Amino acid sequence: MTVARFWRKIPHRYNLIGTHCTTCGEYYFPPRQMCPSCRRDGKIESYQFEGKGEVVTYTVIHTAAKGYANQVPYNLAIIKLDEGPSLTGQVICEPKELEIGTRVRPVFRKLGEESEKGMIYYGTKFVPE
Amino acid sequence: MSYGAYIPRYRIKLEDIAAVWGADAASIKKGLKVNEKSVPGLDEDAITIAVEAARNAVKRGNIDTSRVGAIYTGSESHPYAVKPTSTIVAAAIGAEPVLTAADYEFACKAGTAAIQTCMGLVVAGMIDIGVAIGADVSQGAPGDALEYTAAAGGAAYVIGSSDLAAIIEDTYSFTTDTPDFWRREGMLYPEHGGRFTGDPGYFKHVTSAAKGLMEKIGSKPSDYDYAVFHQPNGKFPERAAGMLGFSFEQIKAGLVVPMLGNTYSGSCMIGLAAILDQAKEGDRIFMTAFGSGAGSDAFSITVTDKIEDIRNNAPKVQELLADPIYLDYANYAKHKGKIRV
Repeated sequence: MTVARFWRKIPHRYNLIGTHCTTCGEYYFPPRQMCPSCRRDGKIESYQFEGKGEVVTYTVIHTAAKGYANQVPYNLAIIKLDEGPSLTGQVICEPKELEIGTRVRPVFRKLGEESEKGMIYYGTKFVPE
Repeated sequence: MSYGAYIPRYRIKLEDIAAVWGADAASIKKGLKVNEKSVPGLDEDAITIAVEAARNAVKRGNIDTSRVGAIYTGSESHPYAVKPTSTIVAAAIGAEPVLTAADYEFACKAGTAAIQTCMGLVVAGMIDIGVAIGADVSQGAPGDALEYTAAAGGAAYVIGSSDLAAIIEDTYSFTTDTPDFWRREGMLYPEHGGRFTGDPGYFKHVTSAAKGLMEKIGSKPSDYDYAVFHQPNGKFPERAAGMLGFSFEQIKAGLVVPMLGNTYSGSCMIGLAAILDQAKEGDRIFMTAFGSGAGSDAFSITVTDKIEDIRNNAPKVQELLADPIYLDYANYAKHKGKIRV
C-alpha cells in the first residue's frame, strides 16, 4: 500500500469515521458521499461510529498472507456495528472464545507494516466485550 | 483534569524466564520483589499503548479533545526513530490539527517530563489543555538482568487549569550527566552499569529531587497520604521511601511492579493512576520519577472532590492487571520480536 493510500484512510481506520444520511437515517461504513437510497435528496454528514457491534460470521486464518505469519491462528470477522453497517476486522482472542453473535468493542492496534523499514499501519481491531 | 492507563493482557512469570537461562527463580524474585511482568500483544507497541491510555484519559474526564493544545509522549521505545508518536495519538483522539506535539525520551522519566511541559504551557496561558503520556514496550536483552522486569504499559494525564481531579501543587527536578543506562542508535537492547544504576543513579536522583521539593514547598513525608517512586523493581522504591521517611503503607497503593514489571516511562505514572483510583478528596500524593542518564522529577499533588465524579468512567489499574493471559518463554520471545520470521 502506498503512503498516500493509507494516509487517506486514517480517519476511517483510527476512529471509524463513516457517514450518515439525515434524510433516510442510514449509516455507511466505509463512508459514502452519496446516499444510494435517497440519491439527490439525501443529506450526508460525517459520523463517528462507537465501534461496538456483534460478530456476524468469522473465519480462523491458519495460512496467512505475507507479514502476518507470526499471528496465526487469528480471527477475521464480519462485524455488524450497532448503527447498522458491517465491516471486516480482526478480533483479538483465542479462536475458541469467538462465536457468531459475540459482542465486540474496538481497540487501537498495529494493522501491519510495509516492511521492516517501511511505514507502520495503525487502526482498529476488535476484542470481545 | 483526568488520567488513564493501559496495560496489555499478556504476562510471563519470572520462573519461566529464569528456567531458560538456568537462573535461580526464587532468589531473583526475592531480590527484585517482582513475580511477573506484562508483555505486549503481537500487534501492540508504544504507539498503540499511548493511544489506548490517552483514550482512557479522555473517556474518564469526558474531555473535549478540540481543546487539546499540546500532546507530548515520553517513551524509550518509540516505534519510529523519525516520525512522532504524538501525531498518531493526536489523530486517534481527535485532537488534530491545531496543537503542538512532540516526543520525549529520557529513559524512564520521559512521561513526567511531558507532564512538566504541559504544566508550563497551561500556566503560561499558551494552551488550554495538554496531554502528557508515558508509554513503553521496554527492552531487555535475552538473559540480561533487565529481561526479568522490562514490561509494557502506559498512562496518560490531561493537564489543564479548570475542572481539576487533582491539583499539582509544585514540581522539582534534579538532573546530572550520569551514564548508568543507555541504548545507542540502531541497537536493539540497552546497556547498563549493573549495580552502578543504584546509588549514583536511582537513589541519588530520587532522594535529591524528593528532598528538594519538600524543602521548596515546606512539606514533610507525614503530610502525605500516598507516595509513589519509580519502580524498576520492588526493592528500589521501598528503599527510597525508607531513606526519605515514607512508610510502606504510603507506597503500597501505587506499588504495581510486583504484578506488572517495569513499564519504564509508564512506571511511576501507572503507580500514580493506581493511587488516584482509590484516593479521596483532600488526600495528598508525593510522586518522584527517575530516568537513567540521569534525572528525577518530583511532584506534590492534592486530590479534589471531582475525582469521585470521573473515577469509574474508565478502567482502573487493578482492573487492567486482572485476568491476564500467561505466555511461556517461547511465545514471550515471539511477542517481543526476539524471534523474527
